[in-house]
Amino acid sequence: MSENTNEKPHAHPTPGLYLIILSILVIGTVLTFFASTWDMGVFNPIVALTIACTKATLVILFFMHVRYSSKLTIVTICAGFFWLLILITLSLTDYLTRI
Amino acid sequence: MATSQTPTPAAEHRHHPAWAHQFDDMDQQREASSFAMWVFLLTEIMMFGGLFTAYLIYRLKYYDAYVAGSSSINVVWGFANTLVLIGSSFTMAMGVWAAQKGRRQQQVLWLVLTIVLGTAFLGVKAIEYKDKYDECHIPGQVIGKGFNATGGIGCSGEGANIAEELQHPKNANGREVPGKPAAAAEQIARQTEIFFVFYFAMTGLHATHMIIGIGVLFWLVWRAHKAEFGPEYYTPVENFGLYWHFVDIVWIYLFPLLYLINRIPHR
Repeated sequence: MSENTNEKPHAHPTPGLYLIILSILVIGTVLTFFASTWDMGVFNPIVALTIACTKATLVILFFMHVRYSSKLTIVTICAGFFWLLILITLSLTDYLTRI
Repeated sequence: MATSQTPTPAAEHRHHPAWAHQFDDMDQQREASSFAMWVFLLTEIMMFGGLFTAYLIYRLKYYDAYVAGSSSINVVWGFANTLVLIGSSFTMAMGVWAAQKGRRQQQVLWLVLTIVLGTAFLGVKAIEYKDKYDECHIPGQVIGKGFNATGGIGCSGEGANIAEELQHPKNANGREVPGKPAAAAEQIARQTEIFFVFYFAMTGLHATHMIIGIGVLFWLVWRAHKAEFGPEYYTPVENFGLYWHFVDIVWIYLFPLLYLINRIPHR
């Protein structure tokens, strides 16, 4: 393997780290499954979505290497989620304000 | 044979067969490819985002129908499928790692495992769709008889007639608990059809993405087998990994939103 003196070293996750992330994801799945059977009133969907967002964040940061990626990649992803936020909130301003 | 000067690393980068000449070097090429794949994933967020938003709006409007629909799909299959997909994301990440390390046999192994898990997911979805077909819960005039008050005739499965289920629900111990009056039950049953429109549209679009992904995986396995990927160039594997993880993330959201709407036993 040649020495890459021209490029900065790319940090990369190890298989051990992938296994840890996998374990957390599996635990999160089990947790969300059982949490759906607990009566938390209005918090049930909030808890479910919070767990889902945490799992998605872990997949994005580690499996998709975003933790080790350029700022351009991070800005691109944030732009995507910002767009989704606009879609959902502005659509809801219509439907939630109907008499 | 006369010895030649050892090429500089930059020159080596430029001589990789996969180097496209409009880029300065392989590193810049990889950055550009990765950015392009992320922009494509943004368009995918737009596609699924539209469906999620529409799902949300109808959930706010017809919550009871969503509960009825969610109760009638098998949560164990959904749970199993979530674990299968998360596992396939792990095997895909390992495939990218193996490609980056230039380990040919490991690359092939991990990519093949990803195919196996992806196919397992589709198999479970096929079982689920068949169950819905049997219960007449597929939207539309042809099959969707389970949404009518008198529906469920000719359809198998306990949960076939939704209106009936709403009027005489059973709790976790199998005992009957107070249900809804007939008129309300019939209306909710009719509204449940929209839940299943979203169920089939969203899981169907997701499954289509899986099928395309598995097709591309076969191509990648073939290329990996031919030792086309190594530390200098593993971009196709890495970028496909981005696509595969995105499809996994969509399912991570689909599972609670479709399967876990109200699973509280006594309700």
